[in-house]
Amino acid sequence: MAGITPSQTVGPFFAPALTPGKDYAWHQPIGNDLITPDASGQRIRLEGRVFDGDGAPVNDSMIEIWQADAAGRYAHPADKQRPNAKFTGFGRVGTDAEGRFSFSTIKPGAVAGPDGKPQAPHILVAVFARGLPRHAYTRIYFSDEAGNSTDPILALVPPDRRGTLIAQREEKYGGLAYVFDIRLQGENETVFFDV
Amino acid sequence: MTLVYPRESLSAFSGHLAPEYKSSIKRAPSKPLIIAPHTLSELTGPVYGHETVQPGDADLTKQHKGEPLGERIIVHGRVLDEDGKPVANTLVEVWQANAAGRYVHVVDQHPAPLDPNFTGAGRTVTDAEGRYQFLTVKPGAYPWGNHDNAWRPAHIHLSLFGHSFLSRLVTQMYFPGDPLIPYDPIYRSIPEGSRERLMSSFDLDATVPNWALGYRFDIVLRGREQTPMGL
Repeated sequence: MAGITPSQTVGPFFAPALTPGKDYAWHQPIGNDLITPDASGQRIRLEGRVFDGDGAPVNDSMIEIWQADAAGRYAHPADKQRPNAKFTGFGRVGTDAEGRFSFSTIKPGAVAGPDGKPQAPHILVAVFARGLPRHAYTRIYFSDEAGNSTDPILALVPPDRRGTLIAQREEKYGGLAYVFDIRLQGENETVFFDV
Repeated sequence: MTLVYPRESLSAFSGHLAPEYKSSIKRAPSKPLIIAPHTLSELTGPVYGHETVQPGDADLTKQHKGEPLGERIIVHGRVLDEDGKPVANTLVEVWQANAAGRYVHVVDQHPAPLDPNFTGAGRTVTDAEGRYQFLTVKPGAYPWGNHDNAWRPAHIHLSLFGHSFLSRLVTQMYFPGDPLIPYDPIYRSIPEGSRERLMSSFDLDATVPNWALGYRFDIVLRGREQTPMGL
């Protein structure tokens, strides 16, 4: 069969099409506010910064997230327990001049893992940027989840690097926030997955 | 539908580091990637269909008062999985420079004219046979700072979703016969034998007389049907 089409970098000029916001005259069906009025669960803000190997902020990357709802259900036909709300679990945002990104979302529930063992609540992340010929996959876990210690995917990560996958809980903005910085390279480099 | 995603298919991709492409040097992850199984999280993904797209989104020549300058082209093709089966009802997003090689993005300072009639952004959804089509103008080549006298060949950026988070793809499509292609480190980052898949083909059958040239670009996303053991 035909081989797959290779990935190429998203480049520096994707914003007018993929993340136009208020800057460009183009409607935006995919954004960084995932919350639908009918979605139940803990509302959270997920925020962080993206840095390169020199520790400089990456101001032209795009972060996409994919997650289950508060009951651990994905809005996809392969998950037989579909969400009972309009919550899609997908979001996209571009980083700003300081490399910052943020999402408003619902804290996901635990989902099934390999061999029927549960996975701790987590969010999948794809990092796209100028300079990345293919996007980088990582995962966000939550600092206040006891299930992290038995998560089958975290268990694959050397213990001294697991911390790069844990978003830190902070109470701010009058609510609950989790802070997750992404270091593409160098000391404390974020763990990326080969999937 | 639940598919499997053979890891070896990814040998068609560049690694994260592509040294000739200077921006990758300080941005490519340098520590070993962690090989992880495909769980329900990876095997599901966003589903974007017709509700995402507004009428006219696939026609980049009619988003403003007048028509953009440049060579009018039709870009079409099919989106398939690794078994050659069509990927139906999936979102395809595109963006590109105008005919002079200039993006509307504020960071693009190439001294070529902006076209008030061209944004260079489009969106469509594949039909039941996996087909998509855009009407646009052929993008121009443009200079960039990677090395001395560096120019990007004419290209259109595409973004696709497919069946799961693992089939997500962002790529670029090139035009046949472009003399800049052999010099382009972004194109050359792809292993030989698979980089050719990024080349569109001129399509006389899709060319509309007295109107627009046709180019065909088929896309294969990750994912195959599960084969029962022993077959």
